[in-house]
Amino acid sequence: MRRFELILPESVDDCVRALAQRGPETKLLAGGTDLLPQLKNGLLKPARVIDLSGVARLRAIEPADGRGLRIGAAVTARTLELDKSVRARYLSLAESGALVGSVQVRNLATLGGNLCNAAPSADMAPPLLALDAEAVITGPKGERRVPIAAFFTGVRRTVLAPDELLLELVVPTPAPHSGGHYLRHTPRRELDIAVVGVASQLTLANGVCTKARIALAAVAPVPVRATAAEQALEGQPVTPDRIARAADLAVEVARPISDQRGSAEFRRHLVRVLTRRTLITALARASA
Amino acid sequence: MAKPVLSCTVNDEPVEVLVQPWDTLLDALRERMGLTGAKEGCGTGDCGACTVHLDGKPVASCLLLAMQARGHAVRTIEGLGRPGALHPLQDAFVRHGVPQCGFCIPGVLMAAAALLTENPHPTEEEIRYGIAGNLCRCTGYTKMLAAITETAGAAAGRRS
Repeated sequence: MRRFELILPESVDDCVRALAQRGPETKLLAGGTDLLPQLKNGLLKPARVIDLSGVARLRAIEPADGRGLRIGAAVTARTLELDKSVRARYLSLAESGALVGSVQVRNLATLGGNLCNAAPSADMAPPLLALDAEAVITGPKGERRVPIAAFFTGVRRTVLAPDELLLELVVPTPAPHSGGHYLRHTPRRELDIAVVGVASQLTLANGVCTKARIALAAVAPVPVRATAAEQALEGQPVTPDRIARAADLAVEVARPISDQRGSAEFRRHLVRVLTRRTLITALARASA
Repeated sequence: MAKPVLSCTVNDEPVEVLVQPWDTLLDALRERMGLTGAKEGCGTGDCGACTVHLDGKPVASCLLLAMQARGHAVRTIEGLGRPGALHPLQDAFVRHGVPQCGFCIPGVLMAAAALLTENPHPTEEEIRYGIAGNLCRCTGYTKMLAAITETAGAAAGRRS
C-alpha cells in the first residue's frame, strides 16, 4: 500500500482539529471496507489518514432528547443488524445492515461509511430516508443538522465540507402502529451490491394510513423518495389496489442507468416489484 | 516518521510490535509476528481467507489497519486450538476430510467458531449465512457444512 501518515485521535474535538490543521489530501478511516481497497489499488492516494476507531462517541447508540435514537456514525453494520433498540424501532434499518457484505465485513463496515461514500446503491440510505432521519455534522464552526434526504448531492458526493465529519444520525421513533421493511435485488444473495433497493415505512391509525414513506436506492445519482407514491397511500386504508398504484407511481421517480448490474428497464421493473413487496410487509408489521 | 507501536493481545499474549502506518492487521500478523495461518486471498474483503477474531468477532484482517487493533484482543487460527487439543471444529474438519487445498480453511474455521460461540445451535441456513463470506475455490462446502453441523450437534448433546 502507498505510504501515508496515520493520525489516531481519541475524541471528536481531536478529529475536527486534525481535519482543520491537516487540510486536503486527508481521508477519514472508519470501517475501512471501502477505503482500504481504494488505498490498495491506488484509486485514492491521501497523504494522511485519520483513524476514527479510537473515538468512542462515534460508536454510541443512545436516546435522542426522548424522541428517538442517536446512532453514531461508526456504529457497524453488524451492530445495526443485531442491536435490540435498533431492531425494535427501525427494523428496516437493521435489515439493511444485515445485507451488507459478509459477517467479516459487517463487523467493520459502518453506518457513516455507507452514507459518506454516497454510492447510489448504499443500502442504509433508503431506510433512513423512510424514517425521516437527520445527519448531525460537526466541523470547525460547530454542529449542524441536515435531513438525510438533503445529505447526498451526487454520485459519491455529499454536503460534507472537507473539514467536516459526520457525527451521528438522529432517527425519530416511529408512532405506534408503524412498520417498515427494506428489500433489495442482487443476482448473488450475499456479498453483492443492490441493483435496486427499496425501503417502505407505514403508520396506521384506526385502519387509515397516516404516514407513508417510500425511498429508492440505485435508480438515480442519489437515493430518492417517491413522494407521489407516498401521497397516494396517505389518508385512507391501505388496500392491494392502492399498493399497486403506489408501486406504479414509485417507478415514475426512478431515473435508472443501464450498466452491468441491470438495464434501466429491469431496474424500473424492480422498483415496482420491490415497492409492492416492501409495502405489503410494512403494512403487516404496522398492523401487528 | 517513527514507526508506530501496535500494542494489543494476540492469542491471549500481550504483544508490542513495530508496524508501518499502512500495514494491515494481516500484514502485521504474517510479516511481523510470523503468524501465517491467516491468508491473503483477495485483499479486498471478498474471500474470507484472512478472517481473524477481533474482540471475539470475525473480521477481514486485510481490511483493517494494524494500528486499528491497538488495545484490542486478536485471535488467529494459531490460537483457536493447540496440537493435541484441537478445537472441536478443527477435530471435525480433520475427521470429515474437509480441507482440499486448505488455503481457505483457517478463515472458514475462524468464521465457524465465531458463529458457534454466538449461536450454539444454528440451523443449516444460519450456518450457510455464517460462512457466506468464505470462498472455497475447491468448492468443498458440503463437507464443511457437515463438519460444522456435527460440531454444533455434538455441543448440543454435551449440554443436555
